[in-house]
Amino acid sequence: MIPFDFDYYRPATVQEAVSLYARLDREGKRPLYWSGGTEIATFARWNRIYTEAVIDLKAVPECRALTVGDREMTFGSALSLSEIHDSGAFPLLGETGGGIADRTSRNKITLGGNVCSRMIYKEAVLPLLLADSDVLVAGASGVRRVPIGRLFDRSMRIGRGEFLVQFVMDAGYRTMPYASVKKRKASAIEYPIVTVAALATGSGIRFAFSGLCDFPFRSAEMERILNRRELPAGERIRQAAARLPAPVIGDIKASAEYRKWVWTITTEDVLKALEPQA
Amino acid sequence: MKLELNVNGEVRHADVRPAELLLDVLRENFGLTGAKPGCRNGDCGACTVTVDGWPMKSCLMLAVEAAGKAVQTVEGLGGTPEQTAFVEKFAFQCGYCTPGFIMNVHALRRIHPQADEAAVRDWLQSNICRCSGYEEIREAVECVLRSRPPADNEP
Ligand SMILES: Cc1cc2nc3c(=O)[nH]c(=O)nc-3n(C[C@H](O)[C@H](O)[C@H](O)COP(=O)(O)OP(=O)(O)OC[C@H]3O[C@@H](n4cnc5c(N)ncnc54)[C@H](O)[C@@H]3O)c2cc1C
Ligand code: FES
Ligand code: FES
Repeated sequence: MIPFDFDYYRPATVQEAVSLYARLDREGKRPLYWSGGTEIATFARWNRIYTEAVIDLKAVPECRALTVGDREMTFGSALSLSEIHDSGAFPLLGETGGGIADRTSRNKITLGGNVCSRMIYKEAVLPLLLADSDVLVAGASGVRRVPIGRLFDRSMRIGRGEFLVQFVMDAGYRTMPYASVKKRKASAIEYPIVTVAALATGSGIRFAFSGLCDFPFRSAEMERILNRRELPAGERIRQAAARLPAPVIGDIKASAEYRKWVWTITTEDVLKALEPQA
Repeated sequence: MKLELNVNGEVRHADVRPAELLLDVLRENFGLTGAKPGCRNGDCGACTVTVDGWPMKSCLMLAVEAAGKAVQTVEGLGGTPEQTAFVEKFAFQCGYCTPGFIMNVHALRRIHPQADEAAVRDWLQSNICRCSGYEEIREAVECVLRSRPPADNEP
């Protein structure tokens, strides 16, 4: 049972959602956008989140869009991870999202909810970072289109009352060689010790990581080092490890030292698998 | 708020808080206790029902989110091949996890009648059996998927 009351709204348009948020915020209701709602529902039960009004985005058609054109592909923020996986539209995104939680939960967890999660993993953001996705963000002044590299820095840097509508990226990425490897401690359904996602483009291999530090990231500096083919793979990874953007986390699942070792061997495997194809 | 839900093909009404979870409305308001509260955290699958044919953890869904959709609980199945197979293969001990498993397998057979081993494992990993009767559950699922393609008039 959720131990407090909130009102439920289901707007049908982007504009309606934004206006509702503004009004409910003015009324002091501490509104939250609700996508899959899985995180809000579970956090609410533990009193880790509070709101007096939720705005369900699933009836906003743009948030449910899934299109693959000749030039671009579009994923609505309220698509479930299962829908994206089963569509086969962008295998790297489908597979990485397909490693999150379990199949039944993924029927409810959405792309937008995962990348805006308050938890540190947000694994579905990795393919979006690798594909240089643009993000369509709705707010009081309309919808803006922002490269994800400018919006995502440890978390989505969006303003109060804004929400993510869609992710739009070059359709060429869907057929590039990729790898998505999630290492867990014991069972098949678990938060990662580390997840390594990589995409082999014409100009080198791109890497993004979750679980290693306390936020997911893609680092241009580490990528430059990891692509220096004149050096042995092990040496590149050692040098890249020295450029990590934050300390490696240690927790009940894995000490920092063990986690870094798992990251090292996984990255080396991915590098060796993809390098011949890059 | 006044809520109208389509559950097991019947229209039902309830006066509920918008913050009420589907699991609790099914059990407390409608007396449908087939969906079980386990972890209430999305981890165990005991509360699984289907919504428009898709398995959903009813502890992760507001009742109001199910408005306008077809909700099905184990009470609405009435003698499906899954239920028969679970009995024939002794695929339960205490039975607490059973409705959740059955709803998941029922949806799997309808959505992916040709599901391969990997897909079956992927779907079934959503449910936990504390009595650890996984071998018998696997046999029941195999038996259902291999031998009984869904008929159009099945619930
Ligand atoms: C059993 C289980 C296992 C899990 N395992 C993993 C795992 O292995 N890896 C992992 O990464 N995660 C995992 N998670 C966490 C899960 O990914 C998040 O809780 C989930 O992604 C949230 O998605 P949602 O659509 O339900 O979000 P919601 O609960 O709807 O929202 C989450 C947050 O994002 C905000 N939000 C939602 N949509 C938008 C939007 N469009 N624009 C702006 N803000 C928005 C909400 O206001 C809220 O603060 C697991 C969750 C469960 C239940
Ligand atoms: S009670 Fe819903 S998943 Fe455990
Ligand atoms: S039979 Fe007891 S929990 Fe599965």
